[in-house]
Amino acid sequence: MTEDDLDRNRRHFLAVATAVTGVAGAGLVAIPFISSLKPSARAQALGAPVEVPIGSLQPGEMLRVLWRGRLVFVLRRTKEMLSLLGEHTDRLRDPNSEVEEQQPPYAANSTRSIRPEYLIVEGSCTHLGCAPLQDFDVRPAEDWGGGFFCPCHGSKFDLAGRVLKGVPAPTNLRVPPYRFVRDDLILIGQDTGAA
Amino acid sequence: MARIEAEVGKPQGGFMKWIDDRFPFTSTMKYHATEYYASKNFNIWYVFGVLAFVVLFIQLFTGIFLTMNYKPSADEAFASVEYIMRDVEWGWLIRYMHSTGASFFFIVVYLHMFRAMLYGSYKKPRELIWIIGMLIFLVLMAEAFAGYLLPWGQMSYWGAQVIISLFGAIPWVGDALVEIIRGDYSISDITLNRFFALHVIALPLALIGLIFVHIVALHEVGSNNPDGIEIKNNKGADGVPLDGIAFHPYHTSKDLVAIIVFLMIFSSVVFFAPDMGGYFLEHANFEPANLTATPEHIAPVWYFTPFYAILRAVPDKLWGFILFGLSVLLPLFLPWLDRSRVKSIRYRGWIYKSALSIFVVTFLVLGWLGTMPAAPVYVLAARIFAVIYFSFFILMPYYTTIDKTKPVPERVVYHG
Repeated sequence: MTEDDLDRNRRHFLAVATAVTGVAGAGLVAIPFISSLKPSARAQALGAPVEVPIGSLQPGEMLRVLWRGRLVFVLRRTKEMLSLLGEHTDRLRDPNSEVEEQQPPYAANSTRSIRPEYLIVEGSCTHLGCAPLQDFDVRPAEDWGGGFFCPCHGSKFDLAGRVLKGVPAPTNLRVPPYRFVRDDLILIGQDTGAA
Repeated sequence: MARIEAEVGKPQGGFMKWIDDRFPFTSTMKYHATEYYASKNFNIWYVFGVLAFVVLFIQLFTGIFLTMNYKPSADEAFASVEYIMRDVEWGWLIRYMHSTGASFFFIVVYLHMFRAMLYGSYKKPRELIWIIGMLIFLVLMAEAFAGYLLPWGQMSYWGAQVIISLFGAIPWVGDALVEIIRGDYSISDITLNRFFALHVIALPLALIGLIFVHIVALHEVGSNNPDGIEIKNNKGADGVPLDGIAFHPYHTSKDLVAIIVFLMIFSSVVFFAPDMGGYFLEHANFEPANLTATPEHIAPVWYFTPFYAILRAVPDKLWGFILFGLSVLLPLFLPWLDRSRVKSIRYRGWIYKSALSIFVVTFLVLGWLGTMPAAPVYVLAARIFAVIYFSFFILMPYYTTIDKTKPVPERVVYHG
């Protein structure tokens, strides 16, 4: 066969068709590998809800529990703490909890809770995931009304987990799904059905 | 084939010829060592490439031995590191060599990169060497980050938490991406296991591949020198650059001195200050990971702190991520940001000399600020120095154009 006998269109078509098929095949093979990186069935099963007894929790005290390996704060707020919540709304980025993903609908209220006394929030700063420190003392001299302070990058949250303006965290602390099984027992990770 | 058949019967030229007929051994040695000509006037800044090789070897060698005793599981990792430290014969030495090696890798690589900025080694025709070098730097950062999770200490856990959460700042895909990186809803045993795989297999392979390409590109173009002159432009009658001497044995014997001095310093740290006052091994990491409490003061290891200070200076999650990423990637564009006619700082004007000096100070101050707590005064300082850091790169096309340069000599010169 000489150069003149070559059907260049046909050769070009075959080259392109081979390349396209190869790329498509590689793309399909990538699916199982990428999927294997997602949380496995076991990881999903271990993310089951946790029960938290709160009978002995005194006003002003806070419990730290783990759900799905994530830290959750359970704070029983005092009357003074609750009365402070309405006072500094002008200094908050999202005082009315308008960002929907950060809490279930039943916690999108002024106290960000089902029962105002109990605050249940994830102890994970919405900036880069550090665990905020509790700092409940009111210090008017420092302009601090009590709440949570993230030691990593200085984000601040009030006693309803609402983020203050001028800090790196973009949204309020996340409220996990939860419900009261009894007056003295909370189930974190599930808000419907039986415990 | 014909030649080999002709030799059947009596071996001619001995063993090396037998090899060379089947594998280009002698020609490769010539091309990359005994007939690779590099400038005679190399100074101390030219030893850090070789030293990076030495540290790479230390890391690979000690790493293999650590892998024999380490257990990549959340329940056992911390205890297995303690086991290496206490119960394995000489285990403490092997581990301290590896942990000290990590810091020295970055010291050597930062100095190696600074050399390129001093003498314009990234400029045409060496742009690709610089880009491959930057990719090596990125892989090295990933390698160090993955390795830091493995001891499963407090800093391992919370440092990883912060850096992985960074990717959550990417709009739309962020949360899904974070879940794929972790393989779980939080950093867990699963995350540790896959970081182990990355640290011991995937990233070292990438590193070695990139270093190979880095050297191939360098030996194609030829090494730069402190005068920024192309020595290939002045060749003798034999075709050898007049200012060049063979890499082996001349540069290698000089490098051997540097390697010995380096090992003396390295050993001093390994034996007398393996934690380097909390900079090489952070004190919080001597406590096992506690998922319920972030350490009061969290900071990455020193080699990440300049970029970390920039991240922390930005009071916004997405912009923090963007500027953090930019601060790491901007040096990639140096070959095109630098418009100067000359390569070496020896023939540049006062503007570039001042800019580079300010940049070095800025980088060091940012590094120091990144180790400090997130108090307002430090955050303010970090903002000021972050602006200077970015200005160095963004204003470079302007100030390198107006900077007055001195004439570059034909041949390399010696200083002292």
